[in-house]
Amino acid sequence: MRKDFAWFVRRGLLLCAILIVCAGIIGTVRADRYSTEQWFDLVAFGLTLGGVYALIALGYSMVYGVLRLINFAHGDTMTVGVFIAYFVARGLEHTKLFETSPAVAVAIILIVGAVVSALVALLVERFAYRPVRASGGFAPLITSIGMSFLLQQTCRGMFGSGVKAYPDPGWLQGSMRIGTFSVPNVEVMVLCAAALVMAGLYLVVNGTRMGTAMRATAEDPRAAVLMGIDINKVIAFTFLLGGLTAGVGGVLYALIYKQVYFMMGFLPGIKAFGAAVLGGIGSIPGAMAGGIILGLAEGIGPTLILDGLGIPAPYQLRDLFAFALLITVLICRPQGLFGEAPARRA
Amino acid sequence: MSLLEVVDVDVLYGNVRAIQGVSLCVEAGQIVTLIGANGAGKSTTLNAISGVLPISRGAIRFKGQLISGLASHGIVRLGISQVPEGRRIFGKLTVSENISLGSFVRNDWHEIQQDRERVLELFPRLRERLRQTAGTLSGGEQQMLAMARALVARPALILLDEPSMGLAPMLVEQVFEIIKEINRQGVTILLVEQNAFAALEIADQAYVLASGAISLTGSGAELLRHEQVISAYLGEG
Repeated sequence: MRKDFAWFVRRGLLLCAILIVCAGIIGTVRADRYSTEQWFDLVAFGLTLGGVYALIALGYSMVYGVLRLINFAHGDTMTVGVFIAYFVARGLEHTKLFETSPAVAVAIILIVGAVVSALVALLVERFAYRPVRASGGFAPLITSIGMSFLLQQTCRGMFGSGVKAYPDPGWLQGSMRIGTFSVPNVEVMVLCAAALVMAGLYLVVNGTRMGTAMRATAEDPRAAVLMGIDINKVIAFTFLLGGLTAGVGGVLYALIYKQVYFMMGFLPGIKAFGAAVLGGIGSIPGAMAGGIILGLAEGIGPTLILDGLGIPAPYQLRDLFAFALLITVLICRPQGLFGEAPARRA
Repeated sequence: MSLLEVVDVDVLYGNVRAIQGVSLCVEAGQIVTLIGANGAGKSTTLNAISGVLPISRGAIRFKGQLISGLASHGIVRLGISQVPEGRRIFGKLTVSENISLGSFVRNDWHEIQQDRERVLELFPRLRERLRQTAGTLSGGEQQMLAMARALVARPALILLDEPSMGLAPMLVEQVFEIIKEINRQGVTILLVEQNAFAALEIADQAYVLASGAISLTGSGAELLRHEQVISAYLGEG
């Protein structure tokens, strides 16, 4: 590698980051203010958030892989699903299903969220992105920003601008004992659901004809066409998968924080996008890993590092922490953890 | 009726006419070759037939049916497969997945398995490497894979774009043997080549493309003896 000015800047920044991290960790360990149980809680919460980020990140990454488009409306597609799932959940509260068979009730609202998000994603692709796809340039990107606002404001207009409390079934309120540790039920449920959906997605992408066609299209669309693959169908399929996973992710996010509002797609959306970039956008395992890493960093990082530096209430700085991690990784490895190095320009 | 008829076709790249008034016929069961210098419009002609490039004038008919204007994936479905220039195999996918994608347009699962077996007999090297990602194959193996991938679509017509490009002379010979074998099994072939000598030797019918237009036509044997062809494409014969 050529040692130019940028190389020294990168090394310097990396060194500073490592020093700060080490100082923080040493400080925290020496202060010894947290018990093992508390650390375990932080890890479990980080993993839970990470699972949700990973689910949302998958949609960004798959769509980018096939279309080279950053779909800024992805987070808002998710919001619509979460809202509809919210109304279904409110309806279910009258039926007592949350008390008699809570697992079924939660599964129902997850499925509703997934299906609605997928439908919205398909509609957005068909009527907003497809018409401008041929014109190339920035048109699809700007369209996606426009769709983001459109969906957000539609939710605001239809469902109001207030924060609505998501149902919090008793089943999710307790906690479970694992050895000497206790984990909140909601975290166990979120992790299981996220793992199941990701395993399912893996099987679809790697084991079905459409999944193989999708990977082929992401690698070389022109060669894919020569295989007789209908690119429009592959793109619709990609949006369908992205919508399904984001819908599940969004409802899980709402169940963790127990609320829903029209802007809720924004912050988790941006973070999931960050996770996709962190893992290497376009890569499916990258999106999964990026999400988990970002969630863990957000969960443990502030306490582990900032607390040791004597910064008060470190947990409020977790967003800063997530993005600092993202920027550090991108400085050192611009293509992301699992991405391929971009071709060097001559 | 010819299997493929290209009638008076123009293709434009922006305002530049890449090919002009190109007409050619491919009879069922033949090997037809299209030779010519770099940039003469050979690949453009194949891509126009595959529907990858739109034509601005003329008509392309396959089995008597007008196919110019159809989407590429529809043309593959009708029975025309292209092995593109530079092979364009999917390097991140396994060899096995690459072959499966070749049969993407078919639904007769049982017969796909039989065709797959047949193709693997034709290219035994690929059988040893089914689980490997295709990007790890050598250039010759990648060419075999690209041809295998086209064959499992069970096409009536294969368009081969520069199959010998970048291969060692020994491999080139092997590739041309395989082309003949595929043709013996009943697949019609339209072959685009820079290696004019090898192409003309196996061709029933040949066309010479120069600056976007057909300049000569005749049987392979005729063109091998043709003065213009010898001086322009075969070196000092």
